[in-house]
Amino acid sequence: MAVTIKPGESYGFFTDTSICIGCKACEVACKEWNQLQGDSPKFLADSYDNTGQLDDQNWRHVKFIDDVPAQSADAGNGKAFLMMSDVCKHCKHASCMEVCPTGAIIRTEFDTVFIQQDVCNGCRNCIAACPYSVIALNPATGTAHKCTLCYDRLQGGLQPACAKACPTQSIQFGPLAELQQAADVRLAALHSQGVTQAQLYGRDDKIYGGLNAFFLLMDKPETYGLPNAENAKLPSRNDVGGYVGALVTAVLGVIAGIVAFRRRGTS
Amino acid sequence: MTNHWRDIKNADLILINGANPAEAHPVGFQWFMRAKLDRGAKIIHADPRFTRTSAVADLYLRIRTGSDVAYFGGLINHVLQNNLFQDVYVRNYTNASFIVKQGFGFTDGLFSGYSSTKRAYDISSWSYEAGSDGFARRDMTLQDPRSVFQLMKTHYARYTPDVVSSITGIPVDEFKKVADLVGQMGKPDKVMTIVYAVGLTHHTTGGQLIRSGAVLQLLLGNMGRPGGGMNAERGHANIQGNTDHAISWEILPGYLRIPAPGQKNLDDYVAQSAPKKSDPNSWNFFGTNYRKFMVSTLKGWYGDTATKDNEFAFDYIPKPGQNSSWMSIYDQALKGKMEGVMLSGMTAASIGPDSNQVQQALSNLKWLVVMDALPTTSSEFWHAPGVDASQVKTEVFMLPATHWIEKDGSFVNSGRWSQWKDQVVPPQGQARHDHWILADIFSRVKALYNQQGGKFPDPIMHLTFNYKDPLKPELDEIAKEINGKDLATGKQMTTFANLKDDGTTTAGDWIYTGSYLDSGNLMKRRDGIQDPKTNDPTGMGFYPNWAWSWPLNRRVMYNRASADLDGKPWDPKRPGITWNGTRWVGDVPDYPATMNPHDPNAYLPFIMNGEGVGRLFSNGMIDGPFPEHYEPVESPVANPLHASVSASPVAFLYDQAAGRPNRFGTAAEFPYIATSYRLTEHEHYVTQHVPHLVQLQPEPFVEIPWELAQTKGIKTGDKVRVSSKRGKLEVLAVVTKRLGSMTVAGQKVFQIGIPIHWGYVGIAADSDPSHGRYWLANALTPFVGDANARTPEFKAFLVNLEKM
Repeated sequence: MAVTIKPGESYGFFTDTSICIGCKACEVACKEWNQLQGDSPKFLADSYDNTGQLDDQNWRHVKFIDDVPAQSADAGNGKAFLMMSDVCKHCKHASCMEVCPTGAIIRTEFDTVFIQQDVCNGCRNCIAACPYSVIALNPATGTAHKCTLCYDRLQGGLQPACAKACPTQSIQFGPLAELQQAADVRLAALHSQGVTQAQLYGRDDKIYGGLNAFFLLMDKPETYGLPNAENAKLPSRNDVGGYVGALVTAVLGVIAGIVAFRRRGTS
Repeated sequence: MTNHWRDIKNADLILINGANPAEAHPVGFQWFMRAKLDRGAKIIHADPRFTRTSAVADLYLRIRTGSDVAYFGGLINHVLQNNLFQDVYVRNYTNASFIVKQGFGFTDGLFSGYSSTKRAYDISSWSYEAGSDGFARRDMTLQDPRSVFQLMKTHYARYTPDVVSSITGIPVDEFKKVADLVGQMGKPDKVMTIVYAVGLTHHTTGGQLIRSGAVLQLLLGNMGRPGGGMNAERGHANIQGNTDHAISWEILPGYLRIPAPGQKNLDDYVAQSAPKKSDPNSWNFFGTNYRKFMVSTLKGWYGDTATKDNEFAFDYIPKPGQNSSWMSIYDQALKGKMEGVMLSGMTAASIGPDSNQVQQALSNLKWLVVMDALPTTSSEFWHAPGVDASQVKTEVFMLPATHWIEKDGSFVNSGRWSQWKDQVVPPQGQARHDHWILADIFSRVKALYNQQGGKFPDPIMHLTFNYKDPLKPELDEIAKEINGKDLATGKQMTTFANLKDDGTTTAGDWIYTGSYLDSGNLMKRRDGIQDPKTNDPTGMGFYPNWAWSWPLNRRVMYNRASADLDGKPWDPKRPGITWNGTRWVGDVPDYPATMNPHDPNAYLPFIMNGEGVGRLFSNGMIDGPFPEHYEPVESPVANPLHASVSASPVAFLYDQAAGRPNRFGTAAEFPYIATSYRLTEHEHYVTQHVPHLVQLQPEPFVEIPWELAQTKGIKTGDKVRVSSKRGKLEVLAVVTKRLGSMTVAGQKVFQIGIPIHWGYVGIAADSDPSHGRYWLANALTPFVGDANARTPEFKAFLVNLEKM
């Protein structure tokens, strides 16, 4: 897909898991372009997945949910043996950015979340903060690494390596508004075909204010190990109740104290 | 492929059998997804395993491996019994109306003419009854009891949904769902494609498995149409090119037959090889021009030495006295009759069936030459784990050859597009191109003949070798030579229609004539999706100026059949070619460009066949004119249709014929069905050297049905031993519900899945304490193959399973 890439616009990924074939071309293209060595080969006893997780060496990770029902005739159509190419979500409300003490994590001119390697001090706050466990420390550099949404390629007018390599266009790259529109069309098509379990994840602002890398899922987010809309909020934004509670407690405490002092004074 | 990858987007229904395109052809798979996303096409995947293809299919059917003739036979029966076939097409474009000779029959699993002592058929009764004009008699009403149509209807009447279910293991109601969808595809405004790969070919009935799909497609009127066809996905980037240029022993380039013993001259050769015209309106293009193609080939190879007086050097061409296919080579080596073998672009130790026997064969050789970019299980077989090198007689030469990325040249894809590519990096170290190695050997052999003489040196001494540097021919020079030229004018030939049998034209491979003109190499053309309006004027995805497609840049073969008797497309929205009143327009017509369809002498549509029509009944196969279900050689059940003739009665049994001990197991000892296959993460055996891919699938494993694993206490990650009569595999288990039990012939059976990619060479083997000693998947597979092509039965055999 030819996309003209201009600074100042929002870009992202729309990953349509209903047409993902689990080929892992995204994983390999990412490693080749970003010169990631990958981990030592290890059999993980988890279906066809031997990558395991997103981390400093794996910026795309295809998850396999090996759950085929016994009855076979209509098990296909993306409903069973789910596959999902996971990636950094480039959240609007990016917890990694919020906790980064050095300002290493920035929002780029393409509206993506990027860790500046020369500013990162390896404090690991972002690793703990990321709700998707996307970030990891590279032991060789001592700095935090994750998907850059191919910042260097975008600057050169090229789409990210994973999207370019994806044979089925399960991973689509483009201006966020266009991707959102395409996702709405695809969702409507699936729903009209009776695939009612299909749902978008991160398309709107309910998940961390909206994800620049959002998904079409074929089951609920929890099936893929993703937090659902109820849980996908930053502490600073989802704890209004907590603040009120704390405030009430504080006020009550002060009142109680005053009452106590008064009582002592009167006794 | 009769069609091509991009064309799959034009289909309404996609049947996938014996293939796993999402994993084996992920790039081509985009067109399956386009059909699904853009036109709501349905994908039906019938496979022993629920794979990454099944995951995005609309219907998945768990089918027993090797039973696809029953599946297609059941669909054929459904279409015939319910009159769902494309009537006009079947009457006019197939041999349904042809009358078969008296004496043809089929009883208890055997066609007429069988000899049990020879394990072969006399096929003389498998032909048409001749009329007074010498051509085949026809009954256009299709009512004659000996018409192909009626014989076929009777033959397939046995394939009821219950019988199909009993053979394939597909539940009756699921089969009926598919039959309903397929049954709608005989309407002219509908079209279905069948896609297959080696999952259909790797059986003793492989050829017939494919034919059964093709017969169904003819009945539905789907051959020759965009969005239709019978489409083989090839297993490598250039397997199609290999086949076209005669990698198989039984053909010369362009699918001309290899001459046979007893053929004294070209007349004998053509008489025994070329199709015969059997209908007055048949063009019989191939048969008519066979001699021209052969003479032009010989003229290309032997130049001035090939003259009319010496039958254009016909005697220089070998006339093999016996089968020389893959297994036959190792069979000969086992018998001690093979001195040496040269391997290029593959590893014999891994890719053949019954690896232990193949390794024994390799160790019987005097010498083995391996031309490869990287160490292979063949170059290292003599010191493989468990092999005593002192017992190996073979001297092994490893010649470093370039990788394809280090050379230019063509890749011919499954859709017959010959696409020229560039060299990306220069050759590393001392690596030489395979064709340079061969050219050097040729030059040295020629020099030896020059110095020392020898028996019959002529085929070597007179071979045309006119390259700028005879030791280093350029692929561009070879491509130009393959196209052929007019010797009188020196100009490149533009079409094989102009080839002559008088020695004035050459063609290295007639089907490639037209690919390299005086104007240049058409395989380099790249007018593609950068401008779809200009480059794909019909919108059907032909892109005529993208690379070059054989024959004559035609994108869909047999495309005359895409139009009705008047020359109008069956479906105006999906035209192949159209008669515009003066000529055929659209794709490059598979027909004379200006032949009026209303002309009473107009040719029939299938111009390459002697009949001029598609063959529902064919004497081109040695195991039957109609596809019939036979069990794999190793099967847990007797054939539900005819228990006395359970497996193919004509598959060649090498060990038995050679007097070697039996190497086939029984269900009593080996109760589980096994099938072998590739994973998307690896490419055969070569990617064992690629770190990023080894990370994705680091260790060999087998896939075990969850239910069976429960009874054996096997969990994912446990080590298991899988054994057949021939060998064993000791690897990890992946337990999954994607494989399951099925009921076949009233019996509960399990299928076990065996990925093939590992051996004793590569990153994973190097890090294993046993160096991958029991990692060769083909240690399990049987040394037997398709009755016709002898393609090994890699896909269906019996094993036992133990937890280690």
